[in-house]
Amino acid sequence: MTRRRWRETGLAALFLAPSLIVFAAFFFYPLYRLVHMATHEQRAFSSRERFVGLDQVTEVLGSSEFLGSVQVSAAYVVYTVPLGLALGILLAVAADRHLRGIAVFRTIFASTVATSVAVASVLFFTLLNPQLGYFGDVSFISLADPDSALRGVALSSIWQNLGLTFIIVLAGLQAIPTEVREATELDGFSATRRFFTVTLPLIGPTLLFLAVVLVIFAFQAFAQVDILTGGGPAGSTETLVWQIFNAQDPDEQGRGAVMALGLFTLTLLVTGAQFRFLARRVHYEGAP
Amino acid sequence: MSRRSRAVAWYVLLTALSLVVLFPVYMTLVVAISTPVDYLRAGQPLHPVAPQWGVFANAWTEGDLGRKFALSAVVTAVIVGCQLATSVCAAYAFAFLRFPGRRVLFAVFTATLLLPLEVTLLPNIDTVLRLGWLNSVQGLAVPFLATAFGTFLIRQGFLGIPRDLRDAARLDGLSHLQVLWRVAIPLTRPVIASFGVVAFLSAWNQYTWPRAVITEERWETVQIGLKSLSAATVEQGNVGPAAAVIAALPVLALLIVLQKQLIRGLTAGAVKG
Repeated sequence: MTRRRWRETGLAALFLAPSLIVFAAFFFYPLYRLVHMATHEQRAFSSRERFVGLDQVTEVLGSSEFLGSVQVSAAYVVYTVPLGLALGILLAVAADRHLRGIAVFRTIFASTVATSVAVASVLFFTLLNPQLGYFGDVSFISLADPDSALRGVALSSIWQNLGLTFIIVLAGLQAIPTEVREATELDGFSATRRFFTVTLPLIGPTLLFLAVVLVIFAFQAFAQVDILTGGGPAGSTETLVWQIFNAQDPDEQGRGAVMALGLFTLTLLVTGAQFRFLARRVHYEGAP
Repeated sequence: MSRRSRAVAWYVLLTALSLVVLFPVYMTLVVAISTPVDYLRAGQPLHPVAPQWGVFANAWTEGDLGRKFALSAVVTAVIVGCQLATSVCAAYAFAFLRFPGRRVLFAVFTATLLLPLEVTLLPNIDTVLRLGWLNSVQGLAVPFLATAFGTFLIRQGFLGIPRDLRDAARLDGLSHLQVLWRVAIPLTRPVIASFGVVAFLSAWNQYTWPRAVITEERWETVQIGLKSLSAATVEQGNVGPAAAVIAALPVLALLIVLQKQLIRGLTAGAVKG
């Protein structure tokens, strides 16, 4: 290598080292630890552990706890994603026009992006709790009933994600070239037909991206459950991440590690599609 | 329909949708300022009952919110500051420097995007525990000091700098550090600002990680404090909602001001253009 090349390599090492150290310590080392924890049996009050191979993995994956929490998380996806996406599209389509004062409406629609998951959860706890809540006695979303509690929790996620969904769909709509819009208007299509045959396909990639993001958000739901129900009633809102979070005791960690690897696999499967999409984004300008 | 009546119809729809979006916020305000027992007795109406504004001051002192705001601010400042520094440096390396192993390292950065915090949660709690970092600023901040998202976003900005400009700067005898500081950063300030706003928002709003590594009340961040305050008796049922309003207001105000940067940051990667 030339001297200049050496200098550039040294500088690159210096520039990348801080990030790489953080990634090694808090992204890759824990991944190795998870595999270790999943294949070893930890015992309470003892630092000794025993290699058990895949025994623990198969045992946990087949347990009613794991399968139950996957079911809860899957139901959470079903409750939050389609409705959240549809509402986001509705808000964006309504706000995608030139009207006096439209900026005010856009700010209101986008505002939930500024509320943290904890704030959103307290807001919905206020709305749904059986004592003081305005909707406290609506049985379809009652937090006191195992059959409906997850729907109540889901409501807070839908609301909290609405701002982000709105912002991204609106950006997608505004990226449609004006000529395309005008051409379809001249063709005399009705507004509804124009929406389903032209607009929706054009923002398809954006919606796909959003759907994946919302599914992952749903898989990761924890604060909502922690604040609104604490996993109850009768364990009906114990999501996958709630189970992982509550497996911190030394003798629970093996179980938690298997479930974390399960979550990782699920996330990978879902991200697979989006990742190719993202990678194209990241790569499309090419290397210098 | 005439143009005018069509506009009216849109206004009606937009207003109705706004009311739906704002309803949870409105009801939280109603419950916060009502006297809980009286509100309950009145049958949870849509308006406040026996309003008392002292609840906000009450929630502030009872929840020790001043301390929690200060801690959240420190942790957020450390995370955002370090993320900006590590991302700008890494982005410069990937955009402008040639070195062996570049593709592999790029893949390593990309791989971190596939590893959500929830997956690595248990081993990371272990690490923090063994470092003695439970209930500390380090414990809250260190795992988040670097981000591939920020690196890629800023790299993209760097790659948009015209080649001629960079070549001219190099011909003028500027070192890489000078190019970074005097050319690359000033020219990509909008991108860096957008990333900063998104980084601020996600650092400030964190819940799962602080909940895991904070076990003492005096180390609670604002977000974690909200949980403790909302699990109260009926008589105290207005304190949690009041605290949520206090917690939400400054961020909401800030983001209304920084709306443009926030939206640019959030839509990066989602929409072409």
